[in-house]
Amino acid sequence: MEVTPPAEERAAMPEGHVLEFIDVTKRFGAVSAVDGLTARVEPGTVTGFLGPNGAGKTTSLRILLGLVGATSGRATIGGKRYAELPRPLQTVGAALEASSFHPGRTAANHLKVYAQAAGLPTTRVDEALGLVGLADAAGRKTGGFSLGMRQRLGLAYTLLGDPGVLVLDEPANGLDPEGIKWLRGFLGALAREGRTVLVSSHMLAEVQQTVSSVLVLSRGRLVYQGDMADLTQTDDQAVIIDAPDRAALARALDAAGYDYEALRTGFTVRGGDPVALGAIAAAAGIALSNLQRRGPALEELFLALVDGTRTHASVAGAPPESEPNSTTEAGEPR
Amino acid sequence: MSLARASRSELTKQFTTSMWWILAIVLVAYLGATAAGLAATFGALASGAIDQGAVNGPALPADLLPPVIYSLATAMGYVFPLLLGTLLVTNEFRHKTLTPTFLATPRRGAALVGKVVAGAVMGILFGALAIVATVGPGAGLLAAFDIDTRLGDSDTWAMLGRMLIAFVLWSLIGVGVGTLVRNQVAAVVGVLAFTQFVEPILRTVAAFVDGVSDVAEYLPGAASDALVGASIYTSLAGPDTSGGLPWWAGGLLLLGYAVALLVLGWLFSWRRDVT
Repeated sequence: MEVTPPAEERAAMPEGHVLEFIDVTKRFGAVSAVDGLTARVEPGTVTGFLGPNGAGKTTSLRILLGLVGATSGRATIGGKRYAELPRPLQTVGAALEASSFHPGRTAANHLKVYAQAAGLPTTRVDEALGLVGLADAAGRKTGGFSLGMRQRLGLAYTLLGDPGVLVLDEPANGLDPEGIKWLRGFLGALAREGRTVLVSSHMLAEVQQTVSSVLVLSRGRLVYQGDMADLTQTDDQAVIIDAPDRAALARALDAAGYDYEALRTGFTVRGGDPVALGAIAAAAGIALSNLQRRGPALEELFLALVDGTRTHASVAGAPPESEPNSTTEAGEPR
Repeated sequence: MSLARASRSELTKQFTTSMWWILAIVLVAYLGATAAGLAATFGALASGAIDQGAVNGPALPADLLPPVIYSLATAMGYVFPLLLGTLLVTNEFRHKTLTPTFLATPRRGAALVGKVVAGAVMGILFGALAIVATVGPGAGLLAAFDIDTRLGDSDTWAMLGRMLIAFVLWSLIGVGVGTLVRNQVAAVVGVLAFTQFVEPILRTVAAFVDGVSDVAEYLPGAASDALVGASIYTSLAGPDTSGGLPWWAGGLLLLGYAVALLVLGWLFSWRRDVT
């Protein structure tokens, strides 16, 4: 579903702002939920904010939105703290949890409450509900909403002020496949209009097709920042090769000095090249039943980044394990 | 102006759920029935329709009846604005709506002022309903027993005005309690326990024990009765209805409770992280 805002709004397109985290640290007692996070989110693209549960994504977003105070550092939107924004809902739309509704209030009244608080005309309520496909449920109480409908109502709240910045915490949770597809198109359209879109997720696969740049957070630290494409363009590709005569194939690979893993579907050769491997098999007179390059193993890569077995040069400063800051590490739960 | 917008938003919150009219119906039914019952009983006694010898309770003189019956609105009804004010804040914690509230009104002070204004408006509304619920049947039944309703008396109207102020102050005390306590169940149970058990018991004890009465008149319910200047409790406790604080001191004391709770709530709860 394409999102086409009314003509008068296209004329005055909301301005996307740069989001900046500058050395943001948040400690809860001895635990560092966010540890020295420095990152930049640009307008015009959908940026994924990734990391496992408990990595500090939600805390970072709440610091950005002024809901949680940082222990040190600052997070800004277009250079300003959230509380300094003269018209917050017209600048930033944020959806943080799918259950921030009074169950006895209708969807339209829920939005009306905040439209009034932000000084927006109440006509925006119906427009926002229409944008997320909830126009028919406007008069229904939110207590009877499914999780998917709650997510959509949360999105409608973010769109009330037609803001240039959207911050969404796990927006795909509870959406069915059709809803996720809709969300992708929706976020892409918003970013193409020049807005800044920051979407958190604990699943890379969920946002893989939506986001064009990513921040990866692990245990409160940034472990990757950059384009999605750069994340996947690694020498980490593998080739799957199989033959009816596996023993002969194994001998040929051994002779050629390749490391391989035997799987049910054949041998996986890390860093292998299909042309070279095919030539080896041909030279040995082995008929192949399969020879294919395996797509970049994003999920593995993501997990490797997250557990620290792989570090990425994209992160400003030193990778986590060489950071001389051991005091906070000691207090972190594993 | 962000304060005006926040206040308007808070009032919309009040009128878009069913809590306000449920509480309003209970308030009108409860106070109306009590006022009618007491007006009928004391009216019949004072006018001689019931033989004085047939009862052993205190019979109130006819000129005291109107203020005592009208002031049931505050003497018994003050728990309603208190509950409403409490729920006005704890609902936000309970349903996690503080997140969208603070996103729309990031200045926490403005958000709290919005709640205070909304609480005051709801206090006036509930006060007006409560006064209608007690004065309507009360005055009607007193008139039926040929007792002066004293509605032509400016003192009566001044008292009704002070009752309205009491309702506003109780609502603000509720906002303060809700801000400080956060947990809806704990706040409601605490409010009901204090107003329905703790304070009535203390004030009853105070009527018999000298040392306690000095403290008891500074309790919020006693301050409220002092502000209004009449109460079924003080009238039935004994002939000493002139004791206690002057009305303005009672009002200031009640305001002090509201301000103290709001300041404590601001310092220890309202500015905390919203997670």
